[in-house]
Amino acid sequence: MTEGLRTEEFQVNMGPHHPSTHGVCRFILTMDGEVIVRAEPVIGYLHRSLEKICENRTYAQCIPVMDRFEYCTSMCCNEVFALAVEKLAGIEVPEYAEYLRVIMMELNRIASHMIWYGTTALDLGAITPFLYSFREREDILDMFEMTCGQRLTYNYIRIGGVSKDIPPEFIPKCKEFLATIDHKIDDYERMLTENPIFMVRNKGVGTLSPEMAIAYGVSGPSLRASGIKYDLRRDDPYSIYNRFKFDIPVCHNGDCYDRYIIRIKEMRESAKIVRQALEQLPNAEVNTGKMVKANFKPAKGEVYSRIENSRGEMGVYIQSTGDTKKPLRVKMRGGSYNQLQVMPELVKGVKIADVVAIMASLDIIMPEVDR
Amino acid sequence: MFDFVKTVLIALPKGFYTTFKHLFKKPVTLQYPKEKMPMAPRYRGLHYLEKYEDGSERCVCCGLCASACPADAIYMEPAENEKGERYSEVYEINLLRCIYCGFCEEACPEEAIFLGHEYEFSNDSRDAFIYTKGQMLANRPTKEKPFKKIIRKVRRIF
Ligand code: SF4
Ligand code: SF4
Repeated sequence: MTEGLRTEEFQVNMGPHHPSTHGVCRFILTMDGEVIVRAEPVIGYLHRSLEKICENRTYAQCIPVMDRFEYCTSMCCNEVFALAVEKLAGIEVPEYAEYLRVIMMELNRIASHMIWYGTTALDLGAITPFLYSFREREDILDMFEMTCGQRLTYNYIRIGGVSKDIPPEFIPKCKEFLATIDHKIDDYERMLTENPIFMVRNKGVGTLSPEMAIAYGVSGPSLRASGIKYDLRRDDPYSIYNRFKFDIPVCHNGDCYDRYIIRIKEMRESAKIVRQALEQLPNAEVNTGKMVKANFKPAKGEVYSRIENSRGEMGVYIQSTGDTKKPLRVKMRGGSYNQLQVMPELVKGVKIADVVAIMASLDIIMPEVDR
Repeated sequence: MFDFVKTVLIALPKGFYTTFKHLFKKPVTLQYPKEKMPMAPRYRGLHYLEKYEDGSERCVCCGLCASACPADAIYMEPAENEKGERYSEVYEINLLRCIYCGFCEEACPEEAIFLGHEYEFSNDSRDAFIYTKGQMLANRPTKEKPFKKIIRKVRRIF
């Protein structure tokens, strides 16, 4: 190199309005040429102070607020809050309502993974998978719409049960969907799993070691892709998950490709759970539970409930004073937050184009990070 | 060489086959502004106020919907008519605050307010989104416009 020429680091701003950040997240990337030296996530653009809003609402009114916590899996958000209050107040949920809850949550998990599948492919430059997965997601949303009247913010799982019984046309539609879903997932796999371009972009990229995953508190599919078999549905069963037989897929490399494989397998497992739940659905007694009243006051105490969301452990901590209708403190935990924290470690030393692949494979969704 | 054959002759055509298969299938999309998707009977869209058969309003301005609303979107002022019945003189919903949760529908003891099927109400001023009583009474589904089946069972909480 000629004497006097030198290179220096420079900074690139990725976001806040970058289509691959799935929300509004900003990354300050310090680059050396095309290689990333440091990455610093800047969060808070989607902050809506949901925790504070919940503290100013009655318990029943918190449920529609929780819908906005993580809008790809609103059913799970409803469930985690309802579960916490039920634990706190010792409310029994009827069996029929529990089955409906599980069916809805698992369908919602499939829908969420479909969004992830489509957008990941889109971020890597493939448009067709996006159209395919959103076509099937539409079927799930139709089922949700006929059940609870809304396509994204359901407000369906309430404290003490579910808001309405499923309509009679739900079960045939759901069975039809389940009959074809495996072929549809085969289609998805045909498009990406062995696609050479997709493999080159993903294999060996963004390897997350199990130690690092645990140190950063990563959970959900991203953790299982690193070889740790940890799933709250099996390890800390909530609702009635211990009645179903399903596998927990694990992979061992922890790279972006494994995170893809895990989620594809999980869609099949969720379909299995829905099938079993539809079979076991008690017909004898249709009881969707008794909703709590507006003046409902749980006893003094604190509670933490957690469930396995499609993006990891989702939890809600509630503190109640026992003499008001409103919670004293609500704290929400979302899996995306920890996955965003591990991003700077993963992107160190990779090319800038791989940042998009890594971010997409971790399935970070910003409303869950910023709350 | 083998790798090349594998990727170009096997893996890529596999993906293309999946895509091309769909050329001969019925499209799943709709030509949106011309065709519209039918909404499910329980769909929660734009609100409307219901009337009795004789044309009088059902709403008695009890305020339960406003107290159930998690978004503080409803404002009302009561009045009495010459027969001594309560009715709402002012009844407004701020559709920009509303989150379409459906609690007002569930809370109403008189079955006066419902969330209808309408979802196209964009406008270019914020004030136009504060819907008054007259607008919501006019929104009522008629024979021409699709009906919302009244789900009486839903009134459970509050
Ligand atoms: S739908 Fe919900 S937010 Fe909207 S006015 Fe009714 S109660 Fe309030
Ligand atoms: S709409 Fe129903 S709940 Fe609201 S004030 Fe009128 S009668 Fe009461």
